[in-house]
Amino acid sequence: MNPVLQVNNLQVSYYTDAGRARALDGVDLTLNAGEKLGLVGESGSGKSTMALAMMRMIKPPGRIEGGQVIVDGTDLITISDADMLKARLSKIAYIPQGAMNSLNPVIRIGAQMMDAIKAHQDQSTSDWISSAEMEKRCKQALEAVDLRSNVFKMYAHELSGGMKQRVCIAISILLRPKVIIADEPTSALDVVTQRQVMETIDRVQDQIGAAVILIGHDMGLMAQFVDKVAVMYAGRLMELSNVRDMFTDPKHPYAQALIRSLPNLENKGVFNGIPGMAPALLQLPGGCAFHPRCLHAMEICTIQRPQPTPLPGGRIVECYLYSEKV
Amino acid sequence: MSDLLEFRNVTKTYSRGLLSRVSTTALSDISLKLETEQPTILTVAGESGSGKTTLAMLLLGFITPTSGEILYKGKDIQTLRGEERMLFRREVQAVFQDPFAVFNPFYTVDHLLSVPLDRFKLATSKSEARAIMMEALTAVGLRPGDVLGRFPHQLSGGQRQRINVARALLLRPKLLVADEPVSMVDASLRANILETLRGLQRNHGVSIIYITHDLTTAYHIAKSIIVLYRGSVMEAGEVDAVIKTPQHPYTRLLVDSIPWPDINRRWGETEIKAKEMELSDHALGCKFSSRCPFVMDKCKEIPPLFRLTQHQAASCYLFEQNPSIAPEKLSDLLPV
Repeated sequence: MNPVLQVNNLQVSYYTDAGRARALDGVDLTLNAGEKLGLVGESGSGKSTMALAMMRMIKPPGRIEGGQVIVDGTDLITISDADMLKARLSKIAYIPQGAMNSLNPVIRIGAQMMDAIKAHQDQSTSDWISSAEMEKRCKQALEAVDLRSNVFKMYAHELSGGMKQRVCIAISILLRPKVIIADEPTSALDVVTQRQVMETIDRVQDQIGAAVILIGHDMGLMAQFVDKVAVMYAGRLMELSNVRDMFTDPKHPYAQALIRSLPNLENKGVFNGIPGMAPALLQLPGGCAFHPRCLHAMEICTIQRPQPTPLPGGRIVECYLYSEKV
Repeated sequence: MSDLLEFRNVTKTYSRGLLSRVSTTALSDISLKLETEQPTILTVAGESGSGKTTLAMLLLGFITPTSGEILYKGKDIQTLRGEERMLFRREVQAVFQDPFAVFNPFYTVDHLLSVPLDRFKLATSKSEARAIMMEALTAVGLRPGDVLGRFPHQLSGGQRQRINVARALLLRPKLLVADEPVSMVDASLRANILETLRGLQRNHGVSIIYITHDLTTAYHIAKSIIVLYRGSVMEAGEVDAVIKTPQHPYTRLLVDSIPWPDINRRWGETEIKAKEMELSDHALGCKFSSRCPFVMDKCKEIPPLFRLTQHQAASCYLFEQNPSIAPEKLSDLLPV
């Protein structure tokens, strides 16, 4: 199977007065069509930066300093700005955090959806479509996310939070992208609406066969929704495993601590927080960034950063506990 | 036994506009009691718009009830004056949702913590004030050396939220209202803050009203729970019973929608399809009836609370064969 998304050695830094913060420090990722990947980590671990970098939406003082983001055979990092404009939404779509607040309050939902199609129209080619056709497509997209087609004529304030979020999903699938990145799409919604929104994403993804990257820190949502989980820490991927392995047998000490900290029905009243604090990106500890909080830290962990080690079952772990050289 | 706090048939309606008669009932006929002797943790759960924050605001005296009264140690909090009012202000403390918004960015943590001490004259000298601060910070699991003298922006969300708890703690409160204290904090830090809150209840005798939409954390921290939907109690009782064997259709839907971080417990196995919430939805009778899959004709009238077991009751006609209880008796159901 040909991967639809391939991220190679992606590097992003933010240049601040206090120095250079490496928000992404060489991340690799491969995703096949129809796959769902969960990207988890604490705030500041680089998960949102990862999403923005893939969309090429990093703003100064941030800069993409290297690596490739290959979607459907095209490296998005090297194409021109004009081509990138076209690629957004048609190849790779992004549902930002609090997407419902991204709708324009004074323009009807329908007009905002049509704008998205118009921006990608190319009059010189044959696939130019009429406004009537556009409207039909928008209404189909709205129906695909379980909204009535009369939402097309409404304004954002007439919709509830969950409905607005679904409008954003409808916009993101308008041009049938290969990859959809959803950055905490349900963080402001209550559990019932959250479930409805996630089921909607699941269904439309199935229909258009896109790969989905779900970013968040709610491990519960990950357990219910994704196929693979990638755990990020201080700009690096610490572990990438399929969801069952991640929850039943996490390998990386950080992933283990993360899984242990989760509440469940059996161990009522037991709280296992992760001791210590997330490191500041400006003063990352040498070697493995997790070593000051790690229960298994060895001498080498303080000196040299471990490299990604493949494990059986398609898992990748970045830790000396699993590398044979030590 | 004396009551620390009592809600007596409290209703709060918000009316909109000067001339229009449109009003929204944020909380309807809530009665509730907390005892002084046995500190407990009570969860008030519900989705956005369920009235849970209104309940907190009423309790803190920020807004006044439309009808009914709220008593603190037997006295209506609206009539408290002078020293009694100061005592109420000191003994009832709050921790809010957003640890990034509540601090003045220009003041150091020392200043933030010493203001309440000065205000309530709890320390006679600078060194005593410092000792109280150190003690409170240690109690919430922070190293005083790490945070004192720092500005809020130098601290993480989890640290700030624990400073909020410490600030409340140094006033030696009797009651803490925690309105979504962990919803904006990273998952890995939630455990620490919940542990801190529980420590307050166990070791410092503070009762906590834990307001949340997250039933997972509610289950782990609380003893009893009240589930609100649009201002009315849907189900109440012991937290284990309500979350493990929810009875009311709304609670069942809520519990069924919790994304448990457990790979073997799939989402929505017991499928209850509730209808989408309509915005212009003014259901008569049971507030949940317009979304309820089991709706009957009878639901046009407000169902009373039916007692299911000693520690569980649901406001739904599906259980009308059970004895009903008066809303004032709600607290009898809740174990402490």
